[in-house]
Amino acid sequence: MTSENVEPPVVEEKEAARDATNWAKSVSRLNVGEVPEGAININVEGKRLTSPIQGFGKMWQKTYQVRLPAERVSATDLIATWKQRFPDFWPEGNHFYGSLTGIEPGEVALLNMTLPGHMKLSTGVMVLYADEESFTLMTPQGHLFAGWITFSALEREGETVAQAQVLMRASDPIFELGLALGGHSQEDRFWNQTLTRLAAHFDHEADVDTKVVCVDKKRQWSKWRNVWHSSAIRSTIYTLGAPGRALKRLFRRDRAVA
Amino acid sequence: MPEAATSFDVREVSDGTRVIDIKGDITAASEEVLMDAYGRASQPGVRAIVLNFSGLDYMNSGGIGLLVTLLVRAQRQRQQVLAHGLSDHYRQIFELTRLDEAVGIHDNEDDALAAAGASR
Repeated sequence: MTSENVEPPVVEEKEAARDATNWAKSVSRLNVGEVPEGAININVEGKRLTSPIQGFGKMWQKTYQVRLPAERVSATDLIATWKQRFPDFWPEGNHFYGSLTGIEPGEVALLNMTLPGHMKLSTGVMVLYADEESFTLMTPQGHLFAGWITFSALEREGETVAQAQVLMRASDPIFELGLALGGHSQEDRFWNQTLTRLAAHFDHEADVDTKVVCVDKKRQWSKWRNVWHSSAIRSTIYTLGAPGRALKRLFRRDRAVA
Repeated sequence: MPEAATSFDVREVSDGTRVIDIKGDITAASEEVLMDAYGRASQPGVRAIVLNFSGLDYMNSGGIGLLVTLLVRAQRQRQQVLAHGLSDHYRQIFELTRLDEAVGIHDNEDDALAAAGASR
């Protein structure tokens, strides 16, 4: 056999396998599976994932960083803890219903969040990617924004830098308006509190650095129809329908007793 | 991630089309070199950028984020972005992240160049 006949795909397959387990398997629509107690699943089941390409609003890259002494925790240990106890670091009033085993590629988690005006929002995320140094959550249709958040850590000059980086566009015109009317500040507060809590877990108190870059000032008006999936509208309708659902349950129970 | 493992060479295949040959890894650490390559490729009159992934070893979610940013920059310049040389694994990643809706994916360079309206 001459060298010309040697087939290279073996090498290619081997290299591709290097990160194959870190990525979620391809899915066309999300499947929630078992809904944890207390979680509301009204805006995730059957939805498609959305990247910033499918979003409506301006495109933003927001980076939040907190620095810890490297002797306190290594980058890989920090990410292992963050993945394992992800919901514990969220600000109060917001719930992340993930699996008990922590963050795993392909896992779908439900989110119940509190927005300004005590508005409750039910949505979710899928774990797009996870390795020892980072993990990424991607949003479904109807989420506040279309895009993903990457959580990572690296060691630099005697410090372990923990980072949350959001790449996003508001999903629809309503969320775009909401971001302009205080939503951006609220999001900044959310990730600032999260990173502060994460640092506190390692007995460290530190300020969070925030860097916001507008990657694209253009809005994608062709995506205004995303509003159909809006978790804000659907969550509001769900909340308003609560008395009706309670009555229905009561009647059903009475009929069963009779 | 070792940044030195990555290189992005730019080839001029026609007046309006440039190919970026990607070798090594694409991670968040590749931002400077990738955007530098895009800057070299995106000369006046260039209407299509073809990304050649046949030398790609590894890409994480940070790398996908960079590709989205490159795509936005290209769209701003009214340039078409195409890709070829993706393994089945990375084709699936493009589908999963829905990058395939904005980047034309082709089996080989000739197909990509034909779609870009370029001839060698």
